[in-house]
Amino acid sequence: MNDVSLILAAAAMFMAGCAANGALRGTGDLGLVIERGAGRITLIETSGRSALGTVEGLGDLSHAAAVYSRDGRYAFVFGRDGGLSKVDMLRMSVDKRVLQAGNSIGGAISSDGRVIAVANYEPGGVQLFDAATLERLADIPSTYGDGSRRSKVVGIADAPGNRFVFSLFEAGEIWIADASEPRTPKLERFPAIGREPYDGFVTPGGRYYIAGLFGEDGLVLVDLWNTVGGAKRILGGYGRGEEKLPVYKMPHLRGWAIAGDVAVFPAIGRHEVLMVNTATWTEIARVPVHGQPVFAIAQPGGRRVWVNFAFPKNDVVQVIDLPSRTVVRELRPGKAVLHMEFTPRGEQVWISARDDDLVTVYDTASFAPLARIAALKPSGIFLTSRAASTGF
Amino acid sequence: MIRRLAALGLVLLPGAVVAEPPGERRDELINLVRQDCGSCHGLTMKGGLGPPLLPAALADKDPESLRLVVLNGRRGTPMPPWRDFFTEAEAGWVIELLREGLPDERR
Ligand code: HEC
Repeated sequence: MNDVSLILAAAAMFMAGCAANGALRGTGDLGLVIERGAGRITLIETSGRSALGTVEGLGDLSHAAAVYSRDGRYAFVFGRDGGLSKVDMLRMSVDKRVLQAGNSIGGAISSDGRVIAVANYEPGGVQLFDAATLERLADIPSTYGDGSRRSKVVGIADAPGNRFVFSLFEAGEIWIADASEPRTPKLERFPAIGREPYDGFVTPGGRYYIAGLFGEDGLVLVDLWNTVGGAKRILGGYGRGEEKLPVYKMPHLRGWAIAGDVAVFPAIGRHEVLMVNTATWTEIARVPVHGQPVFAIAQPGGRRVWVNFAFPKNDVVQVIDLPSRTVVRELRPGKAVLHMEFTPRGEQVWISARDDDLVTVYDTASFAPLARIAALKPSGIFLTSRAASTGF
Repeated sequence: MIRRLAALGLVLLPGAVVAEPPGERRDELINLVRQDCGSCHGLTMKGGLGPPLLPAALADKDPESLRLVVLNGRRGTPMPPWRDFFTEAEAGWVIELLREGLPDERR
């Protein structure tokens, strides 16, 4: 061990000691920032808006995501290299870690908190793990067609009843795995839903699963209250047959934007967000925006949706007012804005700017920056409040 | 114009020396490849939604056709065209870089 790593190790132990032996604290205002360049996360708290420390050794964190145990004590971090790490938010250390596949994309936690599901690109499929021990419980290969190929799995989300819903990119299918008996999950398949679903999410409260299609214009809706009804196409042909603009980064649907009876989705290959009525699932309007939208996220409790954009227009965040359907504010949080995370009541938003190695906290009422936190190539930001929400 | 660019492309066929862009631009390109190509191909180029771009994966492939994929994208797949962000020569250099293994931004 060289001097630098010794000092780092000592610092890490000191930090862990502070959290573990210091004053009692809850976990409700904690969170983490993925530092994609460093294979590390920074733990944060949103009451004083500060960084608490870092946890190292999490592998390749490109496109990493996290979910939380129901008590907000542990984060389950899904890395691109197939690593699944269970991080103790209070001790600030890795509690357990397994390498579960070659190449993974994200995961979800069951409604009872006992099962972690990881969606994999390579080998394609979903693996189920015991949330307490990270013991593997089941393997669900995403085979399709004649059974010789496995599809990449995208857009995994938890649904009520210990179900996991996910999409198969090449296969064009949506599957529901009921993990009530996690060693023998029961599958329900929706074939031929459309070309190349690229992401999916469960609506707040858990009623619908919605997948976005890349290979054609439209989204696909499954009513989780009534799955025998099958998968239904919504917003079909929203591109009106026009030539698509190039998409330099795939949009994300998981940070859903549903406010009142309006849902907002990023269009694919169009510099627009689509506004949809959630009673009829038909288009209400479309709002022209700065570039290819990546995330369109509703500010909790508010009438606004915040949008960030794909390369090369990724240094801007636009705020859309839903009733007037207009962009009311434009922010420049830094170069390569990758993610936005709201506190559960929406009074602050944390925004990561990868190429400026910066996370900025904004007051959502005044748009004033409240704090700036350094992080190495920050990407996703995940707060423990996700522990209490279906679909997160 | 297109023919002239194609002719330029020929200069970059295997065997030709692909000039390295000057320092700042070099770092900018490496960061772009790692981060923005990495969002689909993985930060370590091990693959993601797009296939792996590691030396072993590219060894048997024709560098010139890979260069054209970068410039023009591949229609009907998520691979977008990068012509607006790279010169013809830079695209060739990026392929060389990937074939050798992507270095860090700073040496
Ligand atoms: C939005 C996602 C996306 C981004 C961003 C992206 N690619 Fe791709 N790329 C793909 C996909 C998907 C394929 C596979 C296309 C196919 O099915 O043939 C691909 C294919 C390729 C290929 C051909 C590989 C082969 O073995 O034939 C090369 C080379 C390549 N990409 C380089 C790049 C470079 C360099 C960048 C950044 C400048 C980049 N890509 C950015 C999605 C992407």
